[in-house]
Amino acid sequence: MAVMTYLEAIRETLRQELRRDDRMIIYGEDVGVRGGVFRVTEGLQAEFGEDRVIDSPLAEAAIVGTAIGAAINGLRPVPEIEFADFIFPAINQIVQEAARIRYRSNGDFGVPLVIRAPFGGGVHGALYHSQSVEALFAHVPGLKVVIPGTPYDAKGLLASAIQDEDPVLYFEHKAAYRSLKGEVPDERYLIPIGKADVKRQGNDLSIITYGLMVSYAQRAAETLEKEGISVEILDLRSIRPLDVEAILETAKKTGKVLVVHEDNLTGGIGGEVSALIAEHALFYLDAPIMRLAGPDVPAMPYSPPLEHAFMVTPDKIAEASRKLAKF
Amino acid sequence: MAETVRMPQLGESVTEGTIGQWLKKAGDTVEKYESLLEVLTDKVNAEVPSPVAGTVSKILVEEGTTVTIGTPICEIAVEGEDAPSDTTEASLPPAVAAPDARTAATASSTQPAALDNVHRGRYSPAVRRLAQETGIDPQEVQGSGAGGRVTRNDILAAAEHHPEKSEVLTGTSEGSSSPTIQETAPSAPVTISGAVAVVEDVDTLVPVTNVRKVIAERMMRSKQTVPHAWLMVEADVTGLVALRERLKDEFKAREGVSLTYVPFMLRAVVEALRAVPIINAQWNRDSIVMKKRINIGMAAATDRGLIVPVIKDADQKNIVGLAKASQDLVQRARMGRLTMDDLTGGTFTVDNTGAVGTVLTYPIINAPEVAIVTMESIVKRPVVVGDMIAIRSMVNICLSFDHRVVDGAEAGQFVGAVKKHLESLTTQTSIY
Repeated sequence: MAVMTYLEAIRETLRQELRRDDRMIIYGEDVGVRGGVFRVTEGLQAEFGEDRVIDSPLAEAAIVGTAIGAAINGLRPVPEIEFADFIFPAINQIVQEAARIRYRSNGDFGVPLVIRAPFGGGVHGALYHSQSVEALFAHVPGLKVVIPGTPYDAKGLLASAIQDEDPVLYFEHKAAYRSLKGEVPDERYLIPIGKADVKRQGNDLSIITYGLMVSYAQRAAETLEKEGISVEILDLRSIRPLDVEAILETAKKTGKVLVVHEDNLTGGIGGEVSALIAEHALFYLDAPIMRLAGPDVPAMPYSPPLEHAFMVTPDKIAEASRKLAKF
Repeated sequence: MAETVRMPQLGESVTEGTIGQWLKKAGDTVEKYESLLEVLTDKVNAEVPSPVAGTVSKILVEEGTTVTIGTPICEIAVEGEDAPSDTTEASLPPAVAAPDARTAATASSTQPAALDNVHRGRYSPAVRRLAQETGIDPQEVQGSGAGGRVTRNDILAAAEHHPEKSEVLTGTSEGSSSPTIQETAPSAPVTISGAVAVVEDVDTLVPVTNVRKVIAERMMRSKQTVPHAWLMVEADVTGLVALRERLKDEFKAREGVSLTYVPFMLRAVVEALRAVPIINAQWNRDSIVMKKRINIGMAAATDRGLIVPVIKDADQKNIVGLAKASQDLVQRARMGRLTMDDLTGGTFTVDNTGAVGTVLTYPIINAPEVAIVTMESIVKRPVVVGDMIAIRSMVNICLSFDHRVVDGAEAGQFVGAVKKHLESLTTQTSIY
């Protein structure tokens, strides 16, 4: 078993899947010759050729639209949107077409499509290279949205997404690419979509989160452990569909829930998770459900102090947890 | 080491509090959570529990002084460092060797949290469910959460400590009784939890205000601990009605306040209390306190609920003085401008229930006083006067009295004296 970064885990999974299934193709802006702006696809065109790892025009609607056509016609396209911020031109294709074709065709056609997109801030990406867009897609029936929080999960979730018969959005946090390292088995394995994972056992409160925030929550939990506060961390991994059972289980276990995400507070996944708990686990709650999320401002600022103020950090998670533990 | 106790926040919008009474003096030892002092805020008395066990070393703010929230009010010397590990309080382990400034600030704020009792009596769904399942009464559990809140873990810990209790009580459908015997009282009052409200979707829940809580607590205590007896007389106040009719315009012009029936009633009560002093008394377990001063509380309805401001030394005031004193108190009560002094020291209570339009009420005694009298609506009724039927202005006077202290004979004497005084008034009576 090798120690890999989050980025390497994704690249090696893409390589493994390209080798395993010759229906799979990758395309997107600069994914071929350059190997992607973040080098996720580096070396893949050299190994699999220009027909399977394709540099596309700068046209996101076209990238997704043609991918939908390719998927319906038997390929396994795994297009990349260079930054999640640029996914908006493709929203019509994703929401109106990809998400609905199975329903519209009464089950005759599926769209086995995986759209990969780097998202998130804290990397001085400013307004157009920092956004979290997952909640917009999590609202849409017919889509699946997964966001790995560790290199291990990155591999297993990507393999599952590529194997899935329906469209999956696979969001990768930019700040996680090289900062997160972990052991990743060489052999292929699948992490089922819709299954959350308890990343840490605890008794005093539960942090429910996903993506980069999983590692931030883990750092906060280590600090809090020294203060005598025992934190359980549930990594959602899939935000659509949500693992309702796991969410309720941890809520019932600790009675205190802090939902954390970098995406803006209002209309974020935290609201949905909170509602599920309020609906199904009210009599286990010992405190109001708390949310810690990015503020409702239009975009991630470029100014470093303002960017820091926007970002959810391990310190902020620890602070909110203390408040909740003390309640 | 000394622990500084600060003026707690006893309500959301409260910014200051008045020291009502120190229940501990310098040099007294105090247990953790034992009542340290009474604080008056927003016209409510609240007992403040001690955040630590120790000896009161210094009282920093005298009784009657008003200070802002957070002001240090006393110091408590804490003996030794033997932390009470048996409590369920989530104490920070000393492992935090070098906490940064923020951690230190957070850690320190856990201690005064016990003072801020906004959550006392409010339980989370988890606490309610566990309390039901384990038979633990959350009221008996010391809360370790913010504001002294009883947390889920507190209930779980309590259930662990009293496994026999949860066994005994789970089977019974009856609410749990309180075996709290902290005082050396010979017979601690038995607390029976009330019937549980049925809340349906269409219902709304109104939070209980501080004033409401105080009213509820005092009414329940009085009804549960004082054996109430009741009687009523009717008085012919035709003369009083005529007297007021004659004087009211002139009185208003000269004195600036309206002339109501209240000061006449107060005057009659003062006379009757002088004649029957056992009514102006307080029950003190093995003695009866005969109060020298006659301080009459007047029940007043305000937006926030019932409060009872007190006219001090009512026996030294004439009708004009009583009229002015009573209107001043009622007015300030409605504006929320009463001081602590206005609310304490009553020896007897008069309730002008006639203002609500009733002709018969059964008032609850404002313990530790031993009786409360009402003046009902004055109504014209046909009555027999000297074998003739006449239309007279009649009023009912109702008295609830503490039968431990007062017997029917004295109660009858008292209301008889009130009646006699009221009936003696004529248009010619001087009000000065």
